[in-house]
Amino acid sequence: MSLALQAESLGKCYRVDRGDPDAAGSYRTLRDDLVKIAGAPLRMLRRGVNAKRAAEPFWALKDVDLEVKPGEVVGLVGRNGAGKSTLLKILSRITRPSTGRATLTGRVGSLLEVGTGFHPELTGRENISLNGAILGMSRAEIARKFDEIVAFSEVGPFLDTPVKRYSSGMYVRLAFAVAAHLEPEILVVDEVLAVGDAGFQKKCLGKMQNVAGEGRTIFFVSHNLAAVRSLCSRCVLLDGGRIIMDGSSDDVTDHYATLVEDRVRGQSDGPIKADRFSLYGSGEGYFLHPSQGEREYSMLCGDPLTLEFEIEAPSALTEVTTGVSLNAITGGRVVSMSSKVQNIPSRCGDSRRWVVRCEMGAIPLNAGTYTATIYVGNGIVDVAKFSDAFLIKVAEHDVFGWGNSLPGASSWGPMYWAPTWDIGPAIAEGLKA
Amino acid sequence: MSESLIATLEPERTSVSESPAPTSAKPHVTVLTPLGGWPTIDVAELWRFRDLIYFLAWRDVKVRYKQTALGVVWAVLQPLLMMVVFTIFFDRLAGTGSDGLPYPLFACAGLLPWTFFATAITSASNSVVGSERLITKVYFPRLAVPLAAVGAAVVDFVCALALLAGAMLFYGVAPGPGFVLAPLVFGVILLSALGIGTFLAALNVAYRDFRYVVPFLIQLWMFATPALYMKATGARSAFATWLWTLNPLNNLIATFRAVVLGGPIPWGGFLLSAGLAVFVFLAGCFYFRRVEDRFADII
Repeated sequence: MSLALQAESLGKCYRVDRGDPDAAGSYRTLRDDLVKIAGAPLRMLRRGVNAKRAAEPFWALKDVDLEVKPGEVVGLVGRNGAGKSTLLKILSRITRPSTGRATLTGRVGSLLEVGTGFHPELTGRENISLNGAILGMSRAEIARKFDEIVAFSEVGPFLDTPVKRYSSGMYVRLAFAVAAHLEPEILVVDEVLAVGDAGFQKKCLGKMQNVAGEGRTIFFVSHNLAAVRSLCSRCVLLDGGRIIMDGSSDDVTDHYATLVEDRVRGQSDGPIKADRFSLYGSGEGYFLHPSQGEREYSMLCGDPLTLEFEIEAPSALTEVTTGVSLNAITGGRVVSMSSKVQNIPSRCGDSRRWVVRCEMGAIPLNAGTYTATIYVGNGIVDVAKFSDAFLIKVAEHDVFGWGNSLPGASSWGPMYWAPTWDIGPAIAEGLKA
Repeated sequence: MSESLIATLEPERTSVSESPAPTSAKPHVTVLTPLGGWPTIDVAELWRFRDLIYFLAWRDVKVRYKQTALGVVWAVLQPLLMMVVFTIFFDRLAGTGSDGLPYPLFACAGLLPWTFFATAITSASNSVVGSERLITKVYFPRLAVPLAAVGAAVVDFVCALALLAGAMLFYGVAPGPGFVLAPLVFGVILLSALGIGTFLAALNVAYRDFRYVVPFLIQLWMFATPALYMKATGARSAFATWLWTLNPLNNLIATFRAVVLGGPIPWGGFLLSAGLAVFVFLAGCFYFRRVEDRFADII
């Protein structure tokens, strides 16, 4: 039986011009190239002085060997920048590899974004046709599946409304409905399930499981390890552009979770640097000092949790707001909190260093491992983000005090709760009995 | 705590069947290799994606006239207004002559293919950059994008033909026997537009300068196409003759006018321009193919 994918030493190299920050992502202009061409003879004379330009090769993917049998559902996991998306882009033929060779046997369909090519001015009906064609369906195929797509999307009554008037939920549902009806032999899916409401996500996962059951090959990238575990039989862990583990998805996701833990623990000495170039400012000059260098918190289910740390800014701030997000180590945000959203001002000051104490009380975290990401704002905008600054290990415990521990986060979800129950027989039924 | 409750809350696990993928008679094999080598134009693949080209062109047509009060009337109005302008300035003011035809009709028969040509290369040159989202998110033969842009311009051209038909009725000019050749002549103009359009589309990805160059180029080109506003026969300055020969569009437009309105068909010039059009078309497509693999990386 031939393989669905046979990849040999695939690599992708980008040139990053570090000397000139504009060059990396900017457009080439005709002027620049004309100047370059005109200056070529001059440069040849001066060769040797500065023959090598500042352009540094950056290998987004390197030496990837991968063999996938038809019908396998392969999850790709790894931190941001590990090369997952680059691999998907190569497999879906959006970009060419720089080295190596890959052979795909079967029609390839890719789903790297929901609603690729949707046009806001067109109606839902028109966009189904357009989007279907873009994803590689023929006109006949679209016509055949049209009713099914409409039923799946649940936007029937608004079919003749331009999608610019759709709610974002409707938009995503329609877009996914089209994509879900794609029937390639090899399906490449990026984290598109991260959108839409929970019910619809479940429906999409179900649809993908059906597809998997039909013996199609699927490549699936996700940060949600639980989704990877439930959907994939095999999992590949990428780091720094290379495959560092390939095996059953249980083993690989477990290993990945310990890697994340190790990463948080590994930096435990000294201050933590802010993320570079995040949405929350450049991060330049911002540091977080855990109080007593404590980056790992161990607690029992039901214990109170308090995070304490100091923020160091590059220049004096007069006000500070802070946010904390708790993330499950298997992926997915559990809860977020923010002094700014609660409208709680910091005490007045004019300092480069600020002390933050975030008392969460007996936060109902289920047994499992979590990381805390810290956001810092200056009262007006967010200025720095510290990803996974703290590791929080919650051990099983008899929370309700009658000798029974809760099942862990993997089966019961990241939080537990103790509602007030009132359960009894329905009166009429009770009387009969 | 009951075990069954926990069980129902656990995520369902897929069992992956060991059955092979549905095997069609001829499995579709794709080989991914690094950049390099001479490009080929995969006509079979383009044909497989013909529905995509159709839908992209259809989208462009639909979207262009959405939320406009006049809608597709604009496709007729633009050449009509140009016709009026030409009649005032070239006929009344400059007296450039029209080979014995009523000047508005003369202008109209030239302006229609010109407007098509200008619209086609303008929209084709912007098409790839404008489809950035598509190109970085999904694979399809990239040539489909400029082809569809030109396709949308064809629709405008067909609508604008109503203007020409109206003008011919108004001036009582019947089409000559050469009329049957009109589609062929238009085909050559189309081929030229495709060649130049794909070439500019590819250049625009690497050099955004072309966004500013193209409108200027079109304006210049119009003045450099005297066939639009001057009669083809009679005394001409040496410069005009030189311009006429150098710009193949002159012959194409003169031929189009001749086949539609009747008149001597400049066969020599037409065949020369047709050969050039085929060359430009192939060169444009090959250049596009040569650079398209980098589009997703540099767009």
